[in-house]
Amino acid sequence: MSTAPDPAATTVEPTPPPSLDVRRLAFAYPDGHQALYGIDLTVRRGERVALLGPNGAGKTTLVLHLNGILTPGRGSVAVGGLPVAKQHLHEIRRRVGIVFQDPDDQLFLPTVGEDVAFGPANFGVTGAALGARVDAALDAVGMREHRDRSPLHLSGGQRRRVALATVLSCEPEILVLDEPSTNLDPVARRELAEVLLGLDTTMLMVTHDLPYALQLCPRSVVLDDGVVVADGPTRELLADTELLRRHRLELPYGFSP
Amino acid sequence: MGAGHAHPLHLPGTSPVHRLPAEVKIVAAFLVVLCVVATPREAFGVFGGYLVLLAAVWTVARIPPGWMARRALIEAPFVVLAVLLPITGGPPHVEWFGLALSEPGLLGAWNILVKGTLGVLTSLTLAATTPLRDLLLGLQRLHAPALVVTIATLMLRYVDVIVDEARRMRIARISRGHDPRFLWQAGATARGVGSLFIRSYERGERVHLAMLSRGWNGRMPPLSQHRTSRREWLAGLTPVAVALTLVTAGWVLS
Repeated sequence: MSTAPDPAATTVEPTPPPSLDVRRLAFAYPDGHQALYGIDLTVRRGERVALLGPNGAGKTTLVLHLNGILTPGRGSVAVGGLPVAKQHLHEIRRRVGIVFQDPDDQLFLPTVGEDVAFGPANFGVTGAALGARVDAALDAVGMREHRDRSPLHLSGGQRRRVALATVLSCEPEILVLDEPSTNLDPVARRELAEVLLGLDTTMLMVTHDLPYALQLCPRSVVLDDGVVVADGPTRELLADTELLRRHRLELPYGFSP
Repeated sequence: MGAGHAHPLHLPGTSPVHRLPAEVKIVAAFLVVLCVVATPREAFGVFGGYLVLLAAVWTVARIPPGWMARRALIEAPFVVLAVLLPITGGPPHVEWFGLALSEPGLLGAWNILVKGTLGVLTSLTLAATTPLRDLLLGLQRLHAPALVVTIATLMLRYVDVIVDEARRMRIARISRGHDPRFLWQAGATARGVGSLFIRSYERGERVHLAMLSRGWNGRMPPLSQHRTSRREWLAGLTPVAVALTLVTAGWVLS
């Protein structure tokens, strides 16, 4: 009857669903090893969160649940409101951009440009739109001029930034970085941090590089033995030496937050 | 192009032959080789015709014959087999500097030698004018099985990574005093190869995981949008037409 918009519908902005919502997630590997014992973790849109924890804490296992590579034994994961389930797997993998630890595992095509185009092409982007996506992603990491080169001929830092671009080109809801600072020299490390700080994507950074977490992520979550043992502002967590000691985390020599 | 994957059989250039789409060159090379194989072995002149045809292509592509000849040496092991045939073949025999050579053996050797050489030269022409990744592109456009193209693409990317890994492992071995001069000292090298295999296998799993995470569903996205024109096909198939004429002439004349 009426074509006038309902004033209530236009003024009330629905709050966007959290970028990542993990509830009571538990998982045991087929060999019986229990890796996660009921994880609860919510990352709001636009947040940058560091996931800290010693080796073997279950960080990688958690990451592989976020895009449905592993299926939870119990509990649930939702990305931007969409539950991670078999029927949504394709869309979930577009929404969750994982940058793996070794760029050589991620960059598998003969040229940088083709590799950055791989993700969006899988998600149905073609033609000029695909080219624009590739250029935008390479611009975001400052690697545009290397588009036609082979990943083999890039330095470690450049490779890491291209690996980031291959995921950015999918325009993910949440960016998941697995140990982004490993094997980088100080300059490459700083350059990567500058690129990451320039992005407004939601970010979950898995690391045991505590100064890097402090630099990039206002909030941190500590995972140990398959449970979340602390969740709070990064600076406060890093100041709690007793907490760090208990969970085999350690600041570099001479560093105080 | 500009992929940076230099291989020793490729001679970068911008000639019309270099610029032809890879699938045209693959089909043309395949058909020319078929013609060569189908030519009766007694039609000696026709084989000369094929050589002239190849030389013409080299001229257009600006490939020096000497460059080609050096790379054709990969054929050498097969030549050894051809040399054996006249000695081991059956009667009738012909006398040559005191050697009794078998006539069917001689003809057989000639057959292997001339067809093998022309086949190698044709393949080398294709390789010299086409970068590796364009060959993959050509295979993809010719609807080669997707799995084959995927495997070849991955090989092209990872062969250098694996070679580099092997080199680092070797340096680490040598740095600890390993000096394999005798066969019985090769054990460490062999175990190195074994662990390299396992590492490559594990890398394969990680690469697969990373591909799945970016929405891979078993099909490679097309590597290029360029469409091959009829004119390009015509240009590429001209040498095939010449080869067809030659093989027909060979059958008519013999």
